Amino acid sequence: MMPELGKYEIEVLSSYAVSIGLLVALVVISVLRSRKARAALDAVEERSKRNG
Amino acid sequence: MGSIWEYANPKKFISTTDKLLPWVSVLAVAALVTGLIWGFFFTPEDYKQGSTVKIIYLHVPAALMAINAWMMMLVASLIWIVRRHHVSALAARAAAPIGAMMTVIALVTGAIWGQPMWGTWWEWDPRLTSFLILFLFYLGYMALWSAIENDDTAADLTAILCLVGSVFALLSRYAVNFWNQGLHQGASLSMDKAEHVDDVFYYPLLVSIAGFVLLFVALVFLRTQTEIRARRTRALLARERLGQ
Repeated sequence: MMPELGKYEIEVLSSYAVSIGLLVALVVISVLRSRKARAALDAVEERSKRNG
Repeated sequence: MGSIWEYANPKKFISTTDKLLPWVSVLAVAALVTGLIWGFFFTPEDYKQGSTVKIIYLHVPAALMAINAWMMMLVASLIWIVRRHHVSALAARAAAPIGAMMTVIALVTGAIWGQPMWGTWWEWDPRLTSFLILFLFYLGYMALWSAIENDDTAADLTAILCLVGSVFALLSRYAVNFWNQGLHQGASLSMDKAEHVDDVFYYPLLVSIAGFVLLFVALVFLRTQTEIRARRTRALLARERLGQ
């Protein structure tokens, strides 16, 4: 049930699309970077332990 | 209850935020979805702005967070300058991309709204201009962190840049109050009922703002953890190289 947006339909929909897209991109990039940093630290710590 | 400075310990910060992060994330998504669905589907058109009034549920919270993210960075930078806690410097670094993204959302949605309402995508209005400068400060701040290899030097210089940029963050917030020649209208969010937008728009706006604030907090937690781990990795790699 899409609300009636009248003559400003493009403006309203594009605002929502751009904003939600940017927010989702920010979250995805943050999560991926977090996983990468965690994996990199685990690998280096593991190596340090092995090498004493 | 322990001192707040306990959380300046990286391990303590990570263990505490690990527990909080799922809760804050769930609350952020719940508030964002509720606020945006309420605002988009269940609010009427404005008699002047028509359906473009629905853009405020994105524009106002994003603009608010663009300014407040810089203020949070300012506080964290001051803590770094005064007390030399690495976590605070890394939290400021972690917040910058989030603030920059909020600034982009505020600028883009403002332009999209401005075209039909003011007849122009852009105007060199005091608030718009100070927001654009704030965005450039965000870019400069992130570039400075990336350009300097030594973490402590980078933290020192970016903290100074943050202090300077705070002038524009404050200007973005108060420009409409002391410059009358601008196009941008007054605050949508005044505590005074007579000044703020009508209640039918006001309540979903508050929920949407709560969602943006919680999303910011969740992302700062996550990204600060990432910065702490990246810093620790760099330190260990440097130690390895010295040992070789």
